[in-house]
Amino acid sequence: METPLSDDQRMIRDSVAGYLRDRYDDAERRRIIDSEAGWSAPHWQAFAGELGLLGAGFAEAAGGLGGGAAEHALILEEFGSALVVEPYLSTAVIAGGFLKASTAAAAPQLIADAIAGTAIFAYAAGEPNARSNPAHVETRAECRGANYVIDGQKAVVLGAVGATHLIVVARTSGGDRDPEGISLFVVDANSPGITRRDYRTISGGPASDITFTGVTVPASALLVPEGTALPLIERVVDEATALLCAEANGVMRRLHGDTLAYTSQREQFGKPLASFQVLQHRMVDMLVAMEHSQSITARAIELLDADPAERARAVSAAKVYVGKSLRYIGQQAIQLHGGMGMTDELAVGFFFKRAIEIERQFGSVEYHLTRYTRLANAPAAIAA
Amino acid sequence: MTSIDYNAFRDEVRDFLATSYPASKRELNQRQAGMFAEPELGQWWQRTLHARGWGAPSWPVEYGGTGWDAVQKHIFMSECTAANTPSFAVQGLAMVAPVVMKFGTQAQKDFFLPGILSGELYFCQGFSEPGSGSDLASLRTSAVREGDDYLVNGSKIWTTHAHFANWIFLLVRTSTEGKPQQGITFLLAPMSTPGISVRPIISISGEHELNQTFYDNARIPIANRIGDENKGWDVAKYLLEFERGGAYAPSAQGMLEAAKKIAAQQPGDDCATLWDDPQFQRKTAELEIDMLAQAATEHRVMTALAGGNNPGDIVASMLKLSGTALQQAASELCVEALGDYALADQRQSLHLSSNIPPIGPDYAARPVAKFLNLRACTIYGGSSEVQHNIVARAAMGLK
Repeated sequence: METPLSDDQRMIRDSVAGYLRDRYDDAERRRIIDSEAGWSAPHWQAFAGELGLLGAGFAEAAGGLGGGAAEHALILEEFGSALVVEPYLSTAVIAGGFLKASTAAAAPQLIADAIAGTAIFAYAAGEPNARSNPAHVETRAECRGANYVIDGQKAVVLGAVGATHLIVVARTSGGDRDPEGISLFVVDANSPGITRRDYRTISGGPASDITFTGVTVPASALLVPEGTALPLIERVVDEATALLCAEANGVMRRLHGDTLAYTSQREQFGKPLASFQVLQHRMVDMLVAMEHSQSITARAIELLDADPAERARAVSAAKVYVGKSLRYIGQQAIQLHGGMGMTDELAVGFFFKRAIEIERQFGSVEYHLTRYTRLANAPAAIAA
Repeated sequence: MTSIDYNAFRDEVRDFLATSYPASKRELNQRQAGMFAEPELGQWWQRTLHARGWGAPSWPVEYGGTGWDAVQKHIFMSECTAANTPSFAVQGLAMVAPVVMKFGTQAQKDFFLPGILSGELYFCQGFSEPGSGSDLASLRTSAVREGDDYLVNGSKIWTTHAHFANWIFLLVRTSTEGKPQQGITFLLAPMSTPGISVRPIISISGEHELNQTFYDNARIPIANRIGDENKGWDVAKYLLEFERGGAYAPSAQGMLEAAKKIAAQQPGDDCATLWDDPQFQRKTAELEIDMLAQAATEHRVMTALAGGNNPGDIVASMLKLSGTALQQAASELCVEALGDYALADQRQSLHLSSNIPPIGPDYAARPVAKFLNLRACTIYGGSSEVQHNIVARAAMGLK
């Protein structure tokens, strides 16, 4: 089903889709993940310059295109359908979201550099001793005179390899799971005291475990006043989660499309696999899950500006539904490809593995189901 | 009739595992996520079991079996699962050996069975072809008689461990007359046969376990044929019964226990560990109940077999349908327990010769690759869709 778009939106989508079709096909993507760096600077420059995508979510006054989450969603859905590994989500959506809300003096320049493609961001939030609760932060930032000193560990940071800056969540006061006392810093990725163990994710993109040992940053690195960051983190991560669902919709579109194409061409028992009713029904169920995922994602994106409880509930609902759909569509895509689905010779395995990753990023089905249940049954929600 | 002291037997198995399966080997096995252990470890384990006289518990005593009853076999398997021993080399022990016992000549029995038992002969399976998967009977690799040999030409795919094996069992076409099933013959061939070559296939887990094999005028002696010419389909059907007849519950339960252990070491969102999360416990309990049902049915089948009744291939299909789904669900729970470390590609630490530490905690090395590899278990040996058809037709008479 087509979703109605404005002329500007259709232009963005078509230009991204055209670029990816012509210049970022499965073979090119494989070349990128097989390269030493694991991502492509030339493509990033094309996203910034030729396509002008990196300003999509920033105000025109700041040098952007004046769009918002709806434009990010169009871009990310196309990126999902090509498994783009470059760090759009962490730079344009997450860092972009923080910088737009930031009181730091450096924020306007960082926004300009992000739009130009010269500042690239990774989001260093997750920790080895935490799961998905955003208030669980053990990395510490201690105020010493005009500086802060950061110590701690961050786990599975996506895109840190090519990043110029890290957005670091660190605790300036309080206990490990205290909602108060959480701060946000923008840190030069090459600061002394930062060590990385770089590796790849199962779908091939770059990731790192990062250790901060006495990393000293000036007080001006604080993106919002000390200790007050959690509400902003929750808002920006909700937006990123909804947009990750948009990426997921692109992934599912390819999983379904590739499965339909393969079963239509592969013959067993003297006829195409797709002519067997049991497989037809399976692919119909996949299609239905995909369409509902599109709808519940669009709904969550529309509610991003609602009050925090309603926003969070809509985003968790989308992540639960999309997570379950990713699991179903991904697993069935492999099953219906038979032995060929078990190899890395076809693209479908990479889409399946990206589906597994997205299912977990920013919290699994279980996490968001618990969060949704809590929000849906809160006294205020029941009264309303 | 003397009764067996099962408690004493269990102690005997535990003592053996404690002394013969040292920590160094256990650690190596933590780096194994494939369908089968790498032979360096897997065949070491087979030799170790063989030295104790336990190389083939499911074989008849006359060929080197243990003579255990169904309960003893179950105890042995459960203890091995609990100790996380290397996976067994089922392609020789559980697939080709039963076929040799039933259809082989005395000379074939004398040559192959002791070699399989000792681990000296390591088999791989050549059934599927690029054009013949679920529709196996359409296979086209041809064998034409020339003197005392068959000249074999064609290709086989999904040949697990072909790059390690020294023998292969093959289905080949010796006739194109009549129904496709009627022109198939079962052959055994050394992998060193001139004209046989191997191409690696990398799995979605990033591992090299699968291969495509090619046959270019490969000469295979007629003496290596199992059963009559053009009767290979019956041999293959018998073999697949053994492939499917196995026990699924023990390995699923093993993975469920692994998931619990991971959860006990992983942080929770609102509680100290994930295991403290009532939702996770509830999910585990639900899966455990499904496994109890599977294990109970497997036990019923074992009892029927022990009593001399053959429950038939319908039961084998039913067990495979539910058993493979449970294995996949249990491996998925291990992945879920890992949290964000499920994203990390661990392939560099996942082979015996690797000294690269896993990304994240040690227990993060295996689950995702295992989960990815296990997606194949509802595909190979007759996909779940094919099993549904078999049960519908054979058990309910539906067409």
